[in-house]
Amino acid sequence: MPVRVRVQAEDFDVAAETSALTEGRPDIGAVVAFTGFCRDENGRLSALELEHYPGMAEAELLRLAAQAETRWALAGLTLIHRFGLIRPGEQIVLVLAASSHRRAAFEAAGFLMDYLKTRAPFWKREHLADGSVGAWIEAAGADDEAVRSWERP
Amino acid sequence: MRLVYFAWVRERVGRTDEDVDPPPSVSTIADLVRWLRTRGDEYEHAFENESVVRAAIDHVHAKPDAPIAGAREIAFFPPMTGG
Repeated sequence: MPVRVRVQAEDFDVAAETSALTEGRPDIGAVVAFTGFCRDENGRLSALELEHYPGMAEAELLRLAAQAETRWALAGLTLIHRFGLIRPGEQIVLVLAASSHRRAAFEAAGFLMDYLKTRAPFWKREHLADGSVGAWIEAAGADDEAVRSWERP
Repeated sequence: MRLVYFAWVRERVGRTDEDVDPPPSVSTIADLVRWLRTRGDEYEHAFENESVVRAAIDHVHAKPDAPIAGAREIAFFPPMTGG
């Protein structure tokens, strides 16, 4: 199964990434795309700063893709995560899951996002609208619960 | 071995990375954290709540009881908040 993993400062193009995944692949019947964006939290934020662990970030995304491949019949996966300063309205993360049928693609995309949030070494810090640097965002308990829900028999 | 720090763990320790040579009695991640905490207030502050700080050995997540023998790079960081 083709797996594309990229950790980059630059933005990405969802349509171009989808074409790259599906080109020459008449076996693919479904692609589910999840795109995560930076929000402004009702005008409170000017940006999110994303720090990452180079090397491990790519390795962990590849491990998560391999885990998804053991659970679902997938035809391809693309995982892209940005780092650096990202403004409200800009894209942060992309998961593309391709399969012959929609259910595997939907489930794999959800699984990958839930695991990515708790396992991939990225950390967000708030930059506030008044120009000051805010706090590191705390991990959400709901994200841990989402991961546990995939581990129940 | 090389230690690397990220996010608020990096800020509290006051450096991004360092090379250390812990004594032979330091055999697990938990031992290493206990040893680091004896090295100064900045480490005491970074690891004051040991159960919160996560670790990785050579780019793989590691639990507190994981052995560190042969590790080239050990990372300490807060719970992850990407996505």
